Amino acid sequence: MSEQHAPFAEQKTIAGCAERPILRQRGQHEVFCGLTGIVWLHRKIQDAFFLVVGSRTCAHLMQSAAGVMIFAEPRFATAVMEERDLAGLADMNDELDRVVDRLLERRPDIKLLFLVGSCPSEVIKLDLSRAAERLSVKHNPDVRILNYTGSGIETTFTQGEDQCLTALVRDGQTRLNDQTKTASLVIVGSLADVVEDQFKRLFANLGIEDVAFLPARNSEAMPQIGPNTRYLLAQPFLTDTIRALEDRGASPIRAPLPLGAEGTREWFEAAAKAFAIEPAHVEEVVRAPLERARQALSKYREKLAGKSVFFFPDSQLEIPLARFLHNELDMRPIEVGTPYLNRDIVGPDLEKLPSETVVSEGQDVDAQLDRCHMAYPDIAVCGLGLANPLEVEGITTKWSIELVFTPIQGFEQAGDLAELFARPLNRRTRLEV
Amino acid sequence: MQLTVWTYEGPPHVGAMRVATAMKDVHYVLHAPQGDTYADLLFTMIERRTKRPPVTYTTFQARDLGGDTAELFKTAALKAYERFQPAAMIVGASCTGELIQDDPAGLARALKLPIPAIPVELPSYQRKENWGASETFYQVVRHLNICRAQEQHGKKPESARPSCNILGPTALGFRHRDDVSEVTRLLERIGITVNVIAPYDASAYDITRLPDADFNVVLYPEIALTAANWLKRTFRQPMITTVPIGYGATCDFVREVGSLTGIDVTPLLSESNARLPWYSRSIDSTYLTGKRVFLFGDATHVKALARVASEELGFDVVGLGTYSREFARDIREVAESYGLEALITDDYLEVEAAIERLQPELVLGTQMERHTAKRLAIPCAVISAPVHVQDYPARFSPVAGFEGANVLFDTLVHPLTMGLEEHLLHMFRDDFEFNDEAGPSHLAHGSGKPIASRSQSPEIQIEQTPSDTAAASGITVWETDAERELKKIPFFVRGKARRNTEAFARERGLSTITLDTLYDAKAHFGK
Repeated sequence: MSEQHAPFAEQKTIAGCAERPILRQRGQHEVFCGLTGIVWLHRKIQDAFFLVVGSRTCAHLMQSAAGVMIFAEPRFATAVMEERDLAGLADMNDELDRVVDRLLERRPDIKLLFLVGSCPSEVIKLDLSRAAERLSVKHNPDVRILNYTGSGIETTFTQGEDQCLTALVRDGQTRLNDQTKTASLVIVGSLADVVEDQFKRLFANLGIEDVAFLPARNSEAMPQIGPNTRYLLAQPFLTDTIRALEDRGASPIRAPLPLGAEGTREWFEAAAKAFAIEPAHVEEVVRAPLERARQALSKYREKLAGKSVFFFPDSQLEIPLARFLHNELDMRPIEVGTPYLNRDIVGPDLEKLPSETVVSEGQDVDAQLDRCHMAYPDIAVCGLGLANPLEVEGITTKWSIELVFTPIQGFEQAGDLAELFARPLNRRTRLEV
Repeated sequence: MQLTVWTYEGPPHVGAMRVATAMKDVHYVLHAPQGDTYADLLFTMIERRTKRPPVTYTTFQARDLGGDTAELFKTAALKAYERFQPAAMIVGASCTGELIQDDPAGLARALKLPIPAIPVELPSYQRKENWGASETFYQVVRHLNICRAQEQHGKKPESARPSCNILGPTALGFRHRDDVSEVTRLLERIGITVNVIAPYDASAYDITRLPDADFNVVLYPEIALTAANWLKRTFRQPMITTVPIGYGATCDFVREVGSLTGIDVTPLLSESNARLPWYSRSIDSTYLTGKRVFLFGDATHVKALARVASEELGFDVVGLGTYSREFARDIREVAESYGLEALITDDYLEVEAAIERLQPELVLGTQMERHTAKRLAIPCAVISAPVHVQDYPARFSPVAGFEGANVLFDTLVHPLTMGLEEHLLHMFRDDFEFNDEAGPSHLAHGSGKPIASRSQSPEIQIEQTPSDTAAASGITVWETDAERELKKIPFFVRGKARRNTEAFARERGLSTITLDTLYDAKAHFGK
């Protein structure tokens, strides 16, 4: 696990680094746990199934978090632990084997099964890595079985994806042999398929043909990592994945996240530089989409410039998003909350935030709501549980989860991303009720 | 260990949240990790409540486990008291909190708060949401009336009008908001004063006034029966357990209230605002006769709706069941009265299999059955929790009382194809723009089209339907003519016709189904 749970001083401002203080908070968190990542991961990897080993609460979370938006037959399920499992009347491993057998029998199309740990399975120290090993042997070669934790005592929301990708990278190592070809550039973090395709075309135009994406759309297509691999992050919440990649010799390309026209431009420029591609060539390749993105944004800048924004912590996308809103749309970030701040990743975005912006890490939701009321921002970016109560008080909100579920990265999506913030404000001005 | 995709009920602490959130000045301190805070969105998003639920979560983390999670609980409880100034506090643990065994009850006692701290112990690995709500409501009622219980003084002031409490409505309930107004109005018209409604909109002080009433109305037994039984034992408060959902049940309810209080209710019964009886007797409704209906949901709504469906709309109940295991016996009895065996399960796939087997013409269920029915292209109405955001309507839409019966008439009839339209579909089956696959003409375009049959779905493997197996094993084969004729039967009865014909052929040992077999079977099964 990463270091995100280093003890925070309660309600105390301490200097994070010379130039910017970080407000560190420890109180009630109002965030999803890492299991929620399954909601998009199970769609992204099309032959994978996610089996949460947990309680009825886990199943209820999955259906409520996902069910607000969709209700379809999913590629995930929960093995709900019952009294007899905990009391030792049933052998938990036998029970798990039985559930997995039943599941794989019903779903012969599944090639990759994740056993996902939860709060209760972590607390009772159920060893899912051993279970995964055991079951992998049993179901070899039809199904690979991996495990990771999505428990809320260890992970917040998007950190579930971090754990899942870490498991994938580690698994790749065990399957490595002399003939395996390792990827030279890997884009890390789930992206919408359409964004992936756009990026692939741009990289090809730049002259980088050998680009792979982690996670891939199919379990067989996961990229192999080696010392010749460079990785570039498409998502900011991948602290542990980075460690796993670097353990295998991969080296980072540092860049801001590919959000907005300028974020995406710098992201491609960083990649091109790492591959010693002529700047003039890069400029030529990105000129048209960059121009389109700038044009799309100029339309929204009129509406959004000068508006203040307040971020509640949720996905770790907050700092890159605040950079985009400030840098490219002239909005004013008042407070930018993040569940966990990793400067190695969001450093390039963080340094572009204005000095008066409060950056907070961790959460004490009641205290943060008080600050939000004081600041009375034009728009607050928050989780689903907080949105309506803020709206009632007259504060326009944007659900942060939408920013994870919508294609927002890349040049062609820059306008869409701005629109996500413009729409709630637009709605306010239309309504006469 | 139970394999679950969708669940009808949440964990028991969500039931406790439904009670706390329904009340005005009670705060719930829950020993739970951060992920459990998702439950807030059930109330603020799905039910569109304007305030956060009055719940403080301790949100302990892995690193706290080696340290002092008990201290964390005490700090959270103390801070919650100071910030929210509740009149009473409920304390407990979620499923993970339960495992770390910190004893929230003892910790809360040690804080010596100047308000009642009500401990609720909810075994998360045995029980579910409704049980949690019931237990919490009972504990709240018991704790806040403990002094009066010792003195045993129930009803105090003698007043001219008899009075009652309405027990059971909570936050996130199916139509609870509107049922409460409708039933209150009904009781007022009878001449009864409603003393307290609880837990919905009740304060802690209101709970202490419960014993003042002459009797209790148990509107939702899943939630209120335990508390009402305690009130009956302790304060000799009688209770009415007939749930006034449906026309007949509402009349029974009114009569029971009349006989309990000695009030003549005949004038009220003769001049009620119920339109259901006339609408159902009116000639247009003839086509509803014998429609085959399947019901699934919580016990209260399934029991009530089965009666509405059979006695008040003239449907045939072909299957029913509940996920409320606590009320399994009641529902088995109800099922027996229709000559059926009740389906008691919390596995929605079992319910889906039952619907697929029975091929009803109408499904009355929860959001899960709506989804199933959509896949199978069977008309469906939602009659029970769990429900989605669209089942919290903006308009007044009770299911209880006489207005509730009117709402139910509309709800049950709306998804169906209207009578004359059904006839026309039978007559001109090949009309390219007016055919059975276009769905009822008053509903959204294409709503009748099967989304994907389970067997076609790439998502999931299922057992083959008997007709598939039959065809595959070559026991019965459809001749082309017969198959073509079968396709002329509107799709909403086609499945039934296919199965009946195949069963008919099997019974007679026929290996081939001809046109004649089809019509022989029709005559055999026809009414």
